[in-house]
Amino acid sequence: MSLNTNQLLKKQKKTILELWMKNQLADEGLREDLISNDELRSQSEELIEALVGNLSSQNVNDLNSDEWSPVIEILGGIAITRARQGFSPRETGNFVFSLKEALLEVLKREITDPQELFKEVLKISRILDNLTVVTFETFIKGREEVILRQTDEIAEISTPVIRVWDGILALPIIGTLDSARTQIVMENLLQEIVDTGSSIAILDISGVPAVDSLVAQHLIKTVSATRLMGAECIISGIRPEIAQTVVHLGIDLSNIITKSTLASALAYAFRVMRLEVKKAAATTNTIR
Amino acid sequence: MILSLSKDTVTVAQEQDVVFLKNRVKEVAVRIKMGLVNQTRLITAASELVRNMMRYANGGKCLIEVVSSGRNNGVRLTFSDSGPGIPDITAAMRDGFSTGKSLGLGLPGTKRLVNEFDIKSKVGEGTIVTIIKWANG
Repeated sequence: MSLNTNQLLKKQKKTILELWMKNQLADEGLREDLISNDELRSQSEELIEALVGNLSSQNVNDLNSDEWSPVIEILGGIAITRARQGFSPRETGNFVFSLKEALLEVLKREITDPQELFKEVLKISRILDNLTVVTFETFIKGREEVILRQTDEIAEISTPVIRVWDGILALPIIGTLDSARTQIVMENLLQEIVDTGSSIAILDISGVPAVDSLVAQHLIKTVSATRLMGAECIISGIRPEIAQTVVHLGIDLSNIITKSTLASALAYAFRVMRLEVKKAAATTNTIR
Repeated sequence: MILSLSKDTVTVAQEQDVVFLKNRVKEVAVRIKMGLVNQTRLITAASELVRNMMRYANGGKCLIEVVSSGRNNGVRLTFSDSGPGIPDITAAMRDGFSTGKSLGLGLPGTKRLVNEFDIKSKVGEGTIVTIIKWANG
């Protein structure tokens, strides 16, 4: 970047900002519902300030140089907030692209020699393209954070412990059981056993797509831990194909009480607790 | 002779990829009309191998192929990693043998779940496990 252009851009800061704001406001992707115009203006102003302030003849080609870090920091901050606010990638990209247009417009006005103009445009393009890449990288990182947070949330909410009867707990497991989830399941179950004073826990695995040796190991551990607490643990919801797979794998579940359905597990639990479920005798008051 | 009809590679690098891989394998198995029991066996086998890959080699690649031999269609999975390798394959294939505190049923169990099983490993270079499950086998 020649010294002239640097100074020129510094002098034209106001014009650039005005042009840029005009571009952004004219864009049909403008999201007034997500960001107010004032806020947009202050964001833009901050970025131009940093960008123009840090332009020098040496750092055009090397975006890793320290002089760029304030610009990248500001841009990264903007991109990550936008990802969280729900801007689309196109809308976020346009933020930088419209700045490029404004800068080029100013250069066109001020430099008359075509040779010189082309040289400077090329440099500005290179910088802005690099900044766009940075914007997208940060934007995607922001989105990934959102996804990770949701994954954590799913793990939290997908392990409810249900009290189906006085002294009987049921815990339906949906999805794949990995180490992290088993930990949550086990903690929730053991805590609930203490809180409710239950003596029987039913682990229902109808919603587990496949039981491999690791899942089986986790189940065995959960059952052992429950037994240590003085409660009995029944595993229900073993489907025919799961039963065959477990046998072929050579996993020994014979020490564990297993049932094919939650209903039969509950029936077993009733028997153990010496409870009887009876059909009520017909009385004269029965509503017909 | 075994012909490969379609190919698809899945890279496994983190926990979430495991579920993705299992879903892909299931899709392919459903496409060639594999029965539910065989599907479950294949998915369980894939799950064992991919867990091994995650645990001992920090991830790797899985090639999913639809293969055909005569009138029989099947799914071939090739798991390759560049992990530490297995020094003693004979021991690793024995029930109850584990270097990592697991049940030690992963490899021998997988072999029982599928129709064809092949394992190659070089210490320091990595491990390649190939399995085939026929649609009605």
